[in-house]
Amino acid sequence: MTTRLSPALIAVAALVYIFLVGPLIIVIGASLSDTTYLTFPPQGLSLRWFEKIFEITAFRRTIVTSLQLAFLATGLALLIGIPAAYALNRYRIQLPSWLSTVFVLPILVPEIVLGFSLLKSVAVGASFPIFLSLLIGHTLLVLPYCVRVISASLASFDFSIEEAAISLGSPPAKTFFTIVLPNVRAGVVAAFILAFITSINDVSTSLFLTGPGVSTLPIQILAHVEQFFDPTIASVSVLLMFLTVAVMAIVERTLGLTFLAK
Amino acid sequence: MTQALDINDLTAHYGSTKVLEDLSLSVGASELVSLLGASGCGKTTTLRLIAGFLEPTEGTIRLGGRDLTRLPAHKRDIGLVFQNYALFPHLTVLENVAFGLKQRGVASGERDKRARAMLDRVGLSVLAERLPGALSGGQKQRVALARALVIEPPLLMFDEPLSNLDAKLRVDMRVEIRQLQRANGTTSVYVTHDQEEAFSISDRVAIMNAGRIMQFDTPEVLYQRPTNAFVARFVGFENLIPLRTVARDGEMVTVEAAGGAQLTLSQERFGPIPDAFTLATRPDGLAVTPEAGADGLPATLGLRTYLGRAYQYQCETAAGHLVANGALSAPLEPGGTARLVPVPDQCCVLAGTEL
Ligand SMILES: Nc1ncnc2c1ncn2[C@@H]1O[C@H](COP(=O)(O)OP(=O)(O)O)[C@@H](O)[C@H]1O
Ligand SMILES: [Mg+2]
Repeated sequence: MTTRLSPALIAVAALVYIFLVGPLIIVIGASLSDTTYLTFPPQGLSLRWFEKIFEITAFRRTIVTSLQLAFLATGLALLIGIPAAYALNRYRIQLPSWLSTVFVLPILVPEIVLGFSLLKSVAVGASFPIFLSLLIGHTLLVLPYCVRVISASLASFDFSIEEAAISLGSPPAKTFFTIVLPNVRAGVVAAFILAFITSINDVSTSLFLTGPGVSTLPIQILAHVEQFFDPTIASVSVLLMFLTVAVMAIVERTLGLTFLAK
Repeated sequence: MTQALDINDLTAHYGSTKVLEDLSLSVGASELVSLLGASGCGKTTTLRLIAGFLEPTEGTIRLGGRDLTRLPAHKRDIGLVFQNYALFPHLTVLENVAFGLKQRGVASGERDKRARAMLDRVGLSVLAERLPGALSGGQKQRVALARALVIEPPLLMFDEPLSNLDAKLRVDMRVEIRQLQRANGTTSVYVTHDQEEAFSISDRVAIMNAGRIMQFDTPEVLYQRPTNAFVARFVGFENLIPLRTVARDGEMVTVEAAGGAQLTLSQERFGPIPDAFTLATRPDGLAVTPEAGADGLPATLGLRTYLGRAYQYQCETAAGHLVANGALSAPLEPGGTARLVPVPDQCCVLAGTEL
């Protein structure tokens, strides 16, 4: 029996595809334009707007800041999120049911509110350095995703496997790394990628926490667009995209592989 | 290497709920003891206490000369086989089996050799390099068994190891488990809710109910001589008849059932008969006789079913609903009346009239 695809279905799929990929093509196209203004399709091909990024100190600095922030915030969120997700699943019966909701609550708070309250409490209140405030903000921002995604993969983990290992003489802490973690690897990788992307693209939370001398790439893009309309912002967006994709690929490979190697 | 397990007055709670109460159990060296009981009676909890995944509120657990009660689980040296196999999904069959040896610091060459030898014993050496995901249920449980046996633990524990297998395989596997256990002489605790499985595989069986052991005996004794109403019902004594002694004449005792019907029982044949007791019988232990006036409980016959070796009658008596078997040669009509006579060596006299 052959199923005939309905033309309407094909049309919808095509539309979705266009909406998803279209903007990417436009941005990439615009970034390659030889003109001094943003245009699509590109007129003339040139890489000079990519070179331009690195001539602007603010971009150079914020790329580094954003990368540092994304890696550190993701790392911290995983350090907190993995044990939290583990405990939430391992002791599900003993723990009150509202506890797992607490870890997801920050998702419900508008990011702008998160940024603003952190500004009040951490940046101004406790007068933490800007980078530290940003780091706290981003960690809070991505933590719920980490807990959620890793929880989902722990939900299908059979904890009697862990007990089997312990009964065979493996101490509990060691068992966590040799038995539990390798089996939720996919969840950890997914959480890393999701958290990294969320952090590196964040505007709302960072808006309140950036300050003199320290900013993130998306905030710098915003600042740049307010003054200039040249293809730099297109090229910097493309750069951001490729950085993210590269990190995703590297994480998939390395994190995947280190967990596989026993 | 074989050691005896001694559990003394173990009490355990989940939060504030008591799930085990004053449980005591002695498993002799090389003995296989089953914990048998309905779901939720505390079998797994008992295993988890012995394994060290749960701390008792009171009581002690000793294995050989060692007091295990407060020892962390990974230092107890107990082999565990789980219902859902609990194999390490990311390790090959060989690595699964070698895992315990690795924790014991056995060098990798020696480790592989012993793991392979163990796999050979459970007939799985050809699957050594596979991942557990690619095995059938029976194969997985064999790997789990090999993994637990290879560390030569002084105590082996099974938690419903065959529940996930189909009927035919269950029977094969339990024979296999028993043979391996016998050959190694490993002291074992086996948990199941399946009576046939427990009776066929065990030296002794502890029948559990609501966190307590109701009777701990050999399968033969449990099957023929239950000591309380719960165990009697559990092993198929369907008829429990509360009786009161009204007269004694030497070894003959006249007893009365609810409704006033009287029976005369010989202590020589039924054993010592107290003043108030419960007579427990299987349907076979209650003969259906048509004669009026004979010694027996008057009954109205209900549904008759054909069992091949006998007819079975649902009977209504003043002492309640009873099930009795009658001879094929003399079928009785449903709706008629008859007498139910206890057959001496197929009845148990249980102290008390509490059902
Ligand atoms: N983690 C737990 N938290 C609370 N109660 C539990 C837990 N595990 C088991 N129980 C309860 O303890 C009792 C005994 O359970 P269990 O030992 O698993 O029974 P079995 O193995 O005989 O089926 C049951 O009433 C069960 O509901
Ligand atoms: Mg159980």
